Amino acid sequence: MNIIVPVVIMAIIGGILGLVLAIASKKFFVKVDPRTDMVLEALPGANCGACGFAGCAAYAEAIVEKGAPIDLCAPGAGGVVAAVADIMGLSANAKEPNFAIVRCDGDGVRPRFQYAGVQTCKAATVMGLAGSFQDCPYGCLGLGSCVEVCPFGAIELNENNVAIINEDVCAGCGKCIDACPRNLIRLDPESRVIVVRCNNKDKGATANKQCNHACIACGKCVRECPFDAIHIENNLAVIDYGKCKLCGKCVKVCPKHLIVNLRAERKERREARLKDEK
Amino acid sequence: MKKVFRGGVHPHDFKELSKDCAITDAPVPEELVVPLQQHIGAPAKACVAVGDEVKRGQVIAEPGGFVSAAIHSPVSGKVKKLDTTLHPMGMTCQAVVITNDGEDQWAEGCNIEPDESKEFTSEEIVAAVKWAGIVGMGGATFPTHVKLSPPPEKKIDTVILNGVECEPYLTADYRLMLESPRTICLGLKLLKKVFNAENAYIGIEANKPDAYEVIKMTLAEMGGFAEAVLLPVMYPQGAEKQLIYACTQREVPTGGLPMDAGACVQNVGTAHAIYEAVYCKRPLTERITTVTGRGVSKPANYRVRIGTPAKSILELSGFDEDKTQKLIYGGPMMGAAHFDIELPVNKGMSGIVAMTDAKAFIHGPCIRCGRCVDVCPAGLIPSEYSIYGEKGMYLETAGIDIMDCIECGACTYICPARRPIVQWIKVSKAELAKERARAAAAAADKK
Repeated sequence: MNIIVPVVIMAIIGGILGLVLAIASKKFFVKVDPRTDMVLEALPGANCGACGFAGCAAYAEAIVEKGAPIDLCAPGAGGVVAAVADIMGLSANAKEPNFAIVRCDGDGVRPRFQYAGVQTCKAATVMGLAGSFQDCPYGCLGLGSCVEVCPFGAIELNENNVAIINEDVCAGCGKCIDACPRNLIRLDPESRVIVVRCNNKDKGATANKQCNHACIACGKCVRECPFDAIHIENNLAVIDYGKCKLCGKCVKVCPKHLIVNLRAERKERREARLKDEK
Repeated sequence: MKKVFRGGVHPHDFKELSKDCAITDAPVPEELVVPLQQHIGAPAKACVAVGDEVKRGQVIAEPGGFVSAAIHSPVSGKVKKLDTTLHPMGMTCQAVVITNDGEDQWAEGCNIEPDESKEFTSEEIVAAVKWAGIVGMGGATFPTHVKLSPPPEKKIDTVILNGVECEPYLTADYRLMLESPRTICLGLKLLKKVFNAENAYIGIEANKPDAYEVIKMTLAEMGGFAEAVLLPVMYPQGAEKQLIYACTQREVPTGGLPMDAGACVQNVGTAHAIYEAVYCKRPLTERITTVTGRGVSKPANYRVRIGTPAKSILELSGFDEDKTQKLIYGGPMMGAAHFDIELPVNKGMSGIVAMTDAKAFIHGPCIRCGRCVDVCPAGLIPSEYSIYGEKGMYLETAGIDIMDCIECGACTYICPARRPIVQWIKVSKAELAKERARAAAAAADKK
């Protein structure tokens, strides 16, 4: 019979606490827009921060509550914007995806000495005799700071120890831009297929010694361009994309093969992949 | 002995390799490459043209600003070309290449017989120092005339000569103190005159007792206008702020300069150069450089012309390129490792060390043992900088006094996890400087 007293006491306590909880849940109810969860679901969940918010959750909240623009998500580009627009009942223009490009093809990246210091690019520019780390003082340092910072694993170092971007994975968040102390990485829309893949600002004769693929500012591309879209600035060919019609004539005349057509490269890669799959 | 700074480390000094080698004149090569960036501040501007005949001591580059120094031709000869050369810190800088004609003729008015009874005014001394292009000869290469012209509200009552030479291996200052104590003391007298200072000291580490005795005797002969101070052996005893504390028990405030503690510190080599500039009208065209390390068979102290390729004095000392794993310009604690043995000797190159056992360590995580905190002469917590640095969070170090770090490397020397702490600190400082420049540019844009 002794067991009845505690059971009754526990039942009463349980009842009271249950009542408190029931009242609290009614009184302190927070209204959550169900669309926040849906938007969050639609976002890629990489938390890369390219939209300018603290992460995907913060961005989803900002879209629903504060009416933030829905096309800020770089990794999501087309599909995500459409999905979010659907949820929010807005019309959306699918945004063209951006890809990072590395403006160095690594031919001049021959380290002149064994660098045993801190193995990050920023440290190497301060500690590793920055200007003379390799033959070309403008090229990729090849220590992979951009590889480490990429949230999508889209960057790897090739056999020349130069960063290359895997466009199948690159989401265009732009985190690598800040990581590169030589300012070699740029974000370009997918359609911008003609790029100058060099950053050497030395005079022609010097640049020629530094790298087989360095811009020697010969000006052939400038003369060839029918739209006056390419100019030599600081001994380096620079394309004005406002005028460029992507005709690709400069690609053909460049004696150093540093103006490249990404469309051709992408096609090659796609064909190689198809071959692999077969 | 006086009370010295807290912390510090005791690396073996290896001075036995070259301390008994008297200073010898290095042969002057056929061709000299004189860099135009041999000092902190704006690079000098060349004022000669290709084909010009130059005499030794003739100005070949004018200072490029207030914080800058003139550069003089180290030989007589012809300007062959204006070229670029590498700086020991890695950047490329402009250089004047001069073909030596072997005559070694001085320019007019230079190299006069010293008259030591002559008195000079403060302005005359500063003007002579500026004319001679003298910079801090200990390795920092800060233009000396700037140090000698403090703003009028700062009263400097103490002049300290730095004869500590706490960097391992180097013996250039030691040999200079032994061989020409008189010129050093006269140089100090001139410095004292510049500021009308009440006190003057020459700080010497206790591992150079003979240099201490010689300097003490010379000072006594000259009437005791300065005091030779024997300091305990401790790295970095020769750092400016630490030396001021040891001699005067005054501390330089955070973010301040030695003048905020009423002191001015000069290297003994600088004092010698000041003597030469003022009394003999000889501008700075040569310096004492120690060539040492296990990678050379005959370590030596050379009196070498500015612009001499390091290769020529290295070969004179029997440099073994295969045996050497690391070549350091400057001392092993603060100098810069370099790959190029053609680098010209500049005004700040106190030594060239060829090391044969330069291991590259793989560092581990910080084990929070606190040894770096124990040895830090600036009273900082280096482990914090290393942890931020490792994570790439360079800007977060701004709030924890990173700018008070003197980059002596004691923390990195002592770290049992072999962490490159001072390297991370240097990167952080560079990143902070960049960030500040960016903020300043943004603020200017707004206006």
